[in-house]
Amino acid sequence: MSELRQIAFYGKGGIGKSTTSQNTLAAMCHYYGKKILIVGCDPKADSTRLILHEKAQNTIMQLASEAGSVEDLELEDVCKPGAAEFNPDENDITDGYIMCTESGGPEPGVGCAGRGVITAINFLEEEGAYDDDLDFVSYDVLGDVVCGGFAMPIREGKAQEIYIVMSGEMMAMYAANNISKGILKYANTGGVRLAGLICNARMTDREYDLAKQLAKAIGTQLIHFVPRSNHVQRAELRRMTVVEFSPKSDQALEYKELARKIIANDLKVIPKPLEMDDLEALLMEFGLEDGADEAIVGQKEEDIAS
Amino acid sequence: MQVVENIVDGQKLFLQKEYQDSFEKKKEFESSYNSVNPQKVKEITEWTKTWDYREKNFKREALTVNPAKTCQPLGAIMAALGFEKTMPYVHGSHGCVSYFRTYFTRHFKEPTPCVSDSMSESAAVFGGLSNMKDGLRNCNALYKPKMIAVSTTCMAEVIGDDLNAFVSGAKESAEGELDDVLIPYAHTPSFVGSHITGYDNMMKAILEQNNPTRSEKVEDAERINVIPGFEPYLGSLKEIKEINALFSDKIVMIGDHEEQWNTGAGEYQLYSGGTPLEILKTAINASNTISLQKYSTVQTAKLIKNKWKQGYTTCNPIGLNGTDAYVMKLSELTGKEVPNELTIQRGQLVDAMQDSYPYIHGKKFALFGDPDFLLGLVSFIIEMGGIPAHIVCHNAPKKGWEADMKEVVAKSSWSEECQIWANKDLWHLRSLLFTEPVDFLIGNVYGKELYRDTGIPLIRIGFPIFDRHHLHRYSISGYKGALNLLTWITNAVLDKLDEETKETAKTDFFFDSVR
Repeated sequence: MSELRQIAFYGKGGIGKSTTSQNTLAAMCHYYGKKILIVGCDPKADSTRLILHEKAQNTIMQLASEAGSVEDLELEDVCKPGAAEFNPDENDITDGYIMCTESGGPEPGVGCAGRGVITAINFLEEEGAYDDDLDFVSYDVLGDVVCGGFAMPIREGKAQEIYIVMSGEMMAMYAANNISKGILKYANTGGVRLAGLICNARMTDREYDLAKQLAKAIGTQLIHFVPRSNHVQRAELRRMTVVEFSPKSDQALEYKELARKIIANDLKVIPKPLEMDDLEALLMEFGLEDGADEAIVGQKEEDIAS
Repeated sequence: MQVVENIVDGQKLFLQKEYQDSFEKKKEFESSYNSVNPQKVKEITEWTKTWDYREKNFKREALTVNPAKTCQPLGAIMAALGFEKTMPYVHGSHGCVSYFRTYFTRHFKEPTPCVSDSMSESAAVFGGLSNMKDGLRNCNALYKPKMIAVSTTCMAEVIGDDLNAFVSGAKESAEGELDDVLIPYAHTPSFVGSHITGYDNMMKAILEQNNPTRSEKVEDAERINVIPGFEPYLGSLKEIKEINALFSDKIVMIGDHEEQWNTGAGEYQLYSGGTPLEILKTAINASNTISLQKYSTVQTAKLIKNKWKQGYTTCNPIGLNGTDAYVMKLSELTGKEVPNELTIQRGQLVDAMQDSYPYIHGKKFALFGDPDFLLGLVSFIIEMGGIPAHIVCHNAPKKGWEADMKEVVAKSSWSEECQIWANKDLWHLRSLLFTEPVDFLIGNVYGKELYRDTGIPLIRIGFPIFDRHHLHRYSISGYKGALNLLTWITNAVLDKLDEETKETAKTDFFFDSVR
């Protein structure tokens, strides 16, 4: 049996992180028979919806607050097997399976979601959710590394490989760079490494070049460029991954390729995040406009025309 | 007012006329002045003693009244102070640490060394790394410990400070100052579990982080580690060590805080006694570990069983049966006959138990305290024919404890009269005492309020005990410890009997000087 690998997906909110991670993990299971545990670390609890065919209603924190404390919970209450082919007992398509948990957390504006992540992960560890059969544990983490709690998945002994989901849009790249800073902080004292950027294409101009350059600049790789496809939306409407919905489609095969690359990935680095000025310069250089430089900062469109 | 020539206790002071007058005059400025109906207060007070109120009380969900437990870092501090020249260090706010130190000091009547890194508003926003960096260096420079054992308060836990990264970061930036000091760390969020959870987490951290991995283990077949658990009775630690020594000098105590809280008069020593660090660093090599408190070492047990692959047993040497089991375990593990001295002690205990048996037999007791303490004490009460009618354990672990307690209670001839109340507080106990009264209450100082309310005599056994002196110096473990328990409990029964029979020829018919 191979060693358990713990990976995490980070990225700006709304970038398609949960969709990308679920499709990729589904591909690792569907095509390569991997056994996976998903730990959703997002109070919205939508990191496992496409695998379960339903939104996980029973998050760890929700059940803990109903029961009184997290010690009252049993692992089976919060760790659900995936639907259909992702169920451990369903071996027609793949020997692999996916187990799903969601940390859950408070409504927006109250409480502390970060603490929820810490509590949930501690609970899973203590209850032995990370059993010997698993090949991968995957953490799907909300947005940026905003506080200590959201860094829990990259603490020592947790995820060693981080994949950042981004796109060619400026804010997504800012976020990717910021997340690298978070990783750097922990990488200096521990084993966590940046394992690659995943570009979830928005089809902005020169997106591929930009993503590739950013990856190079912070010392990592653009592990895959996932093109945009309505197929994903069609599958999502059915609460499925495109891998399950249409395994032979081009889009599913894109995820298959990404899955293959992650399984084989051995490029894990301590990132070198860019200073703000360098990041802006990169955006200028590979951005939408040719020959743009500092001079255009603050310049209105009507002034350009004249 | 106080007069220098005749300083009196506060209780007497406030009985003086000037204070009494002052209290009287103050009344009209107090918030409840004329706003309450004394008759109604009385009526409600009486109602709180009824079954009706009890049922409502037991439906309480979100509120704790008078808890019978305290929080994790307190236990972590006790675990840390069980080791040679170790300074407990709490990463978090200063106020918590003052509280822990005060709590121990009131119980042991001794100073309690412990430092904090005083996290404040900005640390809550930016994380406590800089506090940790300065704090560890200061602690090391000022107090020169050989080990600094880091635990956390709620604040550091809520913001998610990563001790692993912080401690190694602090070491790196300390310009070599921290190279020679051991710094184990444990996350001890106060809002999870209780002080025994904190003891467990810290004990595990100290053992795991100061021992090599299993590949470097050099097993010493004769060595046995004994972990005492959260033990407030220093005499118990001493007695256990004496029993161990009768079997073998290779039975060592891991986490021995006996001397730390028992220093003599003279120049103050910051550190005293404790398990030597050389013993700690070779703990993995033992063939067996015995924990004397199963539920104070749940995580530690996993380390010892699963990672260290040692033999692991739990014993609870309180009372006759408990001590027998411990002694027989040592005999089995060392392959030696039970030493004669222990046989003699046992005989003396059984003889004494027989002497006092008629007074305890059939008496009803309510007990509250920590999970393992209760398992031992209930067992002893049953050995003496007493009825443990209410067993309240506020910090009862969810898994296993109730079943263990049921097994103990099943040995009583009155087992159907014994009720086990897991995760209930002292306000619940108050309802129980009013609706289903008992003869005696056994517990810590916080039972004092219940005694005042119900008139049921409190026998002080447990932690903390702030209002009686020196009890912590005695043992409650082993045969001699059982004799202490027997003495305290029997004499409380006799005190009550005397109190009830003190009128000559009315309740006392034969000049009750012999019992």
